[in-house]
Amino acid sequence: MDRNAPPPKPPKKRLTLVDYILFGSVAALVIFSGYRVNDVLVYNWEWSRVLNFVVRVDDETGQYFTNLLVRGLETTLRLAVWGTILATIIGVVMGYWRTCENLTLRIISRCYVELIRNIPPVVFIFIFFFFISSQIFPAIGLDDVDPDAAVFANPVFHFLFGDPRLLSNFLAGLLCLAMFEGAYVTEIVRAGIQAVPKGQWEAARAIGLSPIRVLGDIILPQALRKILPPLAGQFITLIKDSAIVSLISIQELTFMATEVAATTTKVFETWILVGGMYFILCYSFAVLFAWLERQAARSRR
Amino acid sequence: MLDITSKPLVEITGMCKWYGEFSALHDINLSVHEGEKVVVCGPSGSGKSTMIRCINQLEAHQKGTISVNGAEVSPDMKNIEQIRREVGMVFQSFNLFPHMTILDNLTLGPMRNRGVSRADATDLAMHYLERVHIAQQAEKYPPQLSGGQQQRVAIARSLCMKPKVMLFDEPTSALDPEMIAGVLDVMIELAEEGMTMIVVTHEMGFARKVADRVVFMDEGEIIEVAEPEEFFNNPQSDRAQLFLSQLLGH
Repeated sequence: MDRNAPPPKPPKKRLTLVDYILFGSVAALVIFSGYRVNDVLVYNWEWSRVLNFVVRVDDETGQYFTNLLVRGLETTLRLAVWGTILATIIGVVMGYWRTCENLTLRIISRCYVELIRNIPPVVFIFIFFFFISSQIFPAIGLDDVDPDAAVFANPVFHFLFGDPRLLSNFLAGLLCLAMFEGAYVTEIVRAGIQAVPKGQWEAARAIGLSPIRVLGDIILPQALRKILPPLAGQFITLIKDSAIVSLISIQELTFMATEVAATTTKVFETWILVGGMYFILCYSFAVLFAWLERQAARSRR
Repeated sequence: MLDITSKPLVEITGMCKWYGEFSALHDINLSVHEGEKVVVCGPSGSGKSTMIRCINQLEAHQKGTISVNGAEVSPDMKNIEQIRREVGMVFQSFNLFPHMTILDNLTLGPMRNRGVSRADATDLAMHYLERVHIAQQAEKYPPQLSGGQQQRVAIARSLCMKPKVMLFDEPTSALDPEMIAGVLDVMIELAEEGMTMIVVTHEMGFARKVADRVVFMDEGEIIEVAEPEEFFNNPQSDRAQLFLSQLLGH
């Protein structure tokens, strides 16, 4: 046989009858649901009333203003970004403590993780929120800040943390979310650290690296690459979980949506719209993380 | 040739170690002088690796004393990094850092522990990479190299710390047969340059060629210490005789 002959072509992938039947069934189900909502329920769709809460047009001047839902989305975005950063910091520190030889550190991190994982998020957030909003924030004087002070009343601060008048509200929601998600990040980080072979610790120690260098230069970079996929999943979960803090009146997207749905009585439109917003947000992050993963995989080669 | 009257570089006296209830090392006494090459052999599980891993405190001993270059090494000491820079170690499984280039593997120790600048560390690294005949691979990552090449890089990485003594923990045991010679050649060159070496190995050819003394261990104890010719031709203990007959018997 000729060694240089080209390899046989792989068979073409074709849709079979089964695939067409499956597609057909799904399409039929969607059309039927639409029919039920439209004709049987006699639902009167009024998208414009809800869309008014995304962007409002001033009738007299003709100017556009972003409305409640966009402001909610902005807060959700801030919660997502700051929450991810805070949860990562908590998770890395606690995750490292979980693997330490020091018993005290292990007990603290273990208690933290078990406490949060074994209480429903809503319950935890109620307890934690009333604790920080009634005890911690008044104690550090956060309730009495002057929103007109130069530190707060500038565009950079507004961009990063939102309306200064709602600062303690925002921070309370952020801390709840970060504390809660941090426990799950902790477990992911712990698994990542433990997945780094023992020989890496030994080699790093043997060339005289200090404990902090061993962790920072050798262990964490390797652990991070291993845990990037579950970490990405957790951060997307964090965005979705941020809806929970609407229960403690943090004015993010879900909270705003509740208001809009109540005011307009257009429940379907509101929640479908908000669902779409969450989807776009989460899916963008998923694409971003997939890209990061590919970058990490490339640099390993 | 050897200045036995000088103070030993590594001195172990009455060292004991337990894993739980299990006595892993019992009453180890060993002195290694500057420039001396000691080969440690014995059946698997005899405590050879554990003993040399105690010298740079990758394992903590519980009784007795170990001193390196005059300083006592203990499990609870501060600044163990100071001792470890004097003691290079080469592992059976190489343990290169897979997320760093070969060059970064070598420069990390000198930069972090000895405070050497990046430029100087790079010069140093290239110097040692040339010595282990691998300089042209400096920008590659460890998984791209063969086992033998990785082990030579690992030796160079240790040498970059300019250690006073080098520990080798079965450096050729994880290698394919055709890779072993290259690693042993590097070790022999190192020995000829006068490096103090403690080598756990089953390479008896290497022991005969390089070792000043052979230490035979079994069940956590040093059974016999002799010059290589003496040890291989005329082992004193039954256990050493049995071990050698099993090693050379086929």
